[in-house]
Amino acid sequence: MTEPPEAQESGGFSGLAGFYERAGGVVVPLAATVLAFLIGGLVVLITGHNPLTAYRAIFDGAGFNWVFPWVQGDDRAAAARNLQQTLRFAGPFMLTALAVAFAFRCGLFNIGGQGQYWVGFIAALWIGTHLGGLNRPSHVALGIAAGIVGGLVWGGIAGLLRATVGAHEVITTIMLNWIAIWGGQWLVEAPNGHLHGPVASLPRSAVIFDSAKLWPLWGVGPLALSAAIFVALAGLVVYYLVLNRTTLGFGIRAVGFNPEAARYSGIPVRRSYFLALGIAGAFAGLAGAVDVLGAKFAVDTSDFATQIGFTGIAVALLGRNKAVGIFFAALLFAGLQTGTSTRALDPSIFDPALATDLATMIQALVIFFVGAELLIVFIWRARRYLPLRSAPREEPAPL
Amino acid sequence: MSDASLLELKGITKRFPGVVANDGVDFDLERGEVHALLGENGAGKSTLMNVLYGLYQPDEGEIRINGKPVSIRSPKDAIDLGIGMVHQHFMLIPVMTVAENIVLAAEPTRAGVFLDYDAAVKRVQEIARTFNFAIEPRARVQSIGVGQQQRVEILKALHRGAEILILDEPTAVLTPQEAHELFGILRSLTQEGMSVVFISHKLNEVLEIADRITVLRRGKKIETLPRAGATTEKLARLMVGRDVLLRVEKPPSEPGEPLLQVNGLSVTDDLGLEAVHDVSFDVRAGEIVGIAGVDGNGQSELVDALTGLRRPTSGRIVVAGKDITGRGARSSFDAGEGHIPEDRHRYGLVLDFNLAENLALHDYRREPDSKFGWLFPKRLLSRARRLLKEFDVRGGSPQTLASALSGGNQQKLVIAREVARDPRVLVSAQPTRGLDIGAIEFVHRRLVEERDEGRAILLVSLELDEILSLSDRILVLYEGRFVAEYGPDVSDEELGIAMTGGSREAA
Repeated sequence: MTEPPEAQESGGFSGLAGFYERAGGVVVPLAATVLAFLIGGLVVLITGHNPLTAYRAIFDGAGFNWVFPWVQGDDRAAAARNLQQTLRFAGPFMLTALAVAFAFRCGLFNIGGQGQYWVGFIAALWIGTHLGGLNRPSHVALGIAAGIVGGLVWGGIAGLLRATVGAHEVITTIMLNWIAIWGGQWLVEAPNGHLHGPVASLPRSAVIFDSAKLWPLWGVGPLALSAAIFVALAGLVVYYLVLNRTTLGFGIRAVGFNPEAARYSGIPVRRSYFLALGIAGAFAGLAGAVDVLGAKFAVDTSDFATQIGFTGIAVALLGRNKAVGIFFAALLFAGLQTGTSTRALDPSIFDPALATDLATMIQALVIFFVGAELLIVFIWRARRYLPLRSAPREEPAPL
Repeated sequence: MSDASLLELKGITKRFPGVVANDGVDFDLERGEVHALLGENGAGKSTLMNVLYGLYQPDEGEIRINGKPVSIRSPKDAIDLGIGMVHQHFMLIPVMTVAENIVLAAEPTRAGVFLDYDAAVKRVQEIARTFNFAIEPRARVQSIGVGQQQRVEILKALHRGAEILILDEPTAVLTPQEAHELFGILRSLTQEGMSVVFISHKLNEVLEIADRITVLRRGKKIETLPRAGATTEKLARLMVGRDVLLRVEKPPSEPGEPLLQVNGLSVTDDLGLEAVHDVSFDVRAGEIVGIAGVDGNGQSELVDALTGLRRPTSGRIVVAGKDITGRGARSSFDAGEGHIPEDRHRYGLVLDFNLAENLALHDYRREPDSKFGWLFPKRLLSRARRLLKEFDVRGGSPQTLASALSGGNQQKLVIAREVARDPRVLVSAQPTRGLDIGAIEFVHRRLVEERDEGRAILLVSLELDEILSLSDRILVLYEGRFVAEYGPDVSDEELGIAMTGGSREAA
């Protein structure tokens, strides 16, 4: 086909999005990451440090050097501690990213990961701080189930509003975020709140019973890596299977790509919206559950400032809403967070205060470049309307 | 004046990645002639004209005007050289008046800043008078018909001093009457010394209006021939490269029991206005009923209601004895209805799904595609392999994305999905829209075959030729009502008059 009318017909949003999905592959996320680190390196240079040693220190600070067999002795012990931290962050990142990705595959933009995470967190916290005396597997399972249900309900509310009255999910999920955050804070802080801890003067919840804690796998003490990481990996597998191997996922993907064709084929579009946001919320709720049962064990006021839901958006974007992509993107973001923390980074090489800003900047740049791809594709396609010398464009094979 | 032609394109080659869109094409245009550029979709007609209009730069070849080589790097260069182009999709501003649209970018001004509207109106009237156009300069573009809008486009080009007018598939949006009026305008333009390049894939109209005809096939020029002595058969052979069956060969229908029964159906459009008023009709097993009409007379709403996408305000739709009125698309499929939608990109296919997934769109929730909600991708693939072969869908494997197929093969894919479900009733809306002759032939033959299998086929089409060559009965839809019913041997004049609201007696 070389006739522009045909090309225009197929050049609508679905065509563009399709191209975006296909042409990008791993190239664009990788290029975006490399570019972000290059620019970050320039900034490090401006501050008078050597970018290579700074990045090396961040890499080691994230514990990624643990995989090298030549790292031995004290270094190895430190690397293990750092990697445990990175993986502790990575699990919830993966799950909140899945909350964004699952909705996105249905054509929805779930900004509500933050709120869904908190509802899951609070629900699991309630189970964890109550129901003492249960055996450990039941208590843990109950806590996780509570988190999933909490997130499901919170996402489902937005889904229901979208499906029934057409309220846009971007608006409703943002509003639900604040309800969840302030509601949770009230439960914890109010002196007679259900989750207020034993010390009346401290705005902090009680610590969950030991029977509700996820099993520690690696390391000792409160900073050990728990089984949460396996829950997150299971989440990735479930995500892949539901989308690609179930009729539910088939319908959700059809709606995401082309809601009109889906409706034409008798796929219930509105029900798909509801289910997609509900399931997305369940992933975020699970993130909250494993965070409280596997890492935090309690919550105080300062925890409510977390940006984990929004990090999930970035991870999903970098991971291209694919299970494998999200896995690596979550490791990158978690690694940046641990690697630049005061605890892990050697201050003689790079000031951790600067490094934290650097991490934020690199994350922002990665997202900027990944997001800019749509713009790049658009400019690429628009070139043929501009009087440039040659204007090749993607041509489907002729008949 | 020299002997040189007004316009000469010599050895134009334009390559896109993987495709040679134009391969050493020669084309010339004399003063005062209509030169038709004929070819299937994808033959390279529009590419060639986009090269001439400065939208593409050729990889090889040169363009001469009055014998002098010129370089056209943008549409602005083309306009300065006296070349005007009317695209298939009009580029008008709906809220502005006819005169404002025409003078846009070359406005007469007062004090250099303000639009001199009266002068603009006057100018438009002058040009319209010169070329014998009927147009109201003060009408808003959104309130005038498609045929009138096309005139505005032509006037816009003339206002910018065009001597060479390129018309890209100008009749695609017109009724037969409007097309006739357009041809009248083109004749008066050529009498005034204008030259016209007329892009089309419709043989009859090319034979009616063109002085010379150049046929393109797969990017190559096949032949330039004068109208005298050209026949539709010959042109079709040149276009496709083999003999083409222009008339659909079909035995007379043997209608059986009514499979689609529509009773007192009324449907509203998106604005809540009644688009279909109280229509009743039957389609029987083994017949093709054609619904003719000018676009926008309720066809889309009728089809939406029949396929369960739109809830009718009153009336009943019964498919093979089951009432499906207002019960959604799924229940219409379940009752044994198949749909070939009017817009395959919007409704018929999920372009980002692969072919196997597209073929499974209706049935993925049943065995053998899935069981207890668990999908079996291998079964989807093996069925797709079978159907792609059976329906001769080319250009992809079951795992190819639907967006990679050509239009004709996409349509074959839709037909494969719908027919493979063995429907009792097949509602096909504009089944050949945008397809080339080879693919049209396939679709037409297939529809007749399905009729002979005993299915009831409803054909809604804006193409009169298609209605006439396929239908066993023809209903004419005008302003949401059936105004006439004809047998298969009605003349296109009579049908055309009924389509514009004229009564049978007026013919």
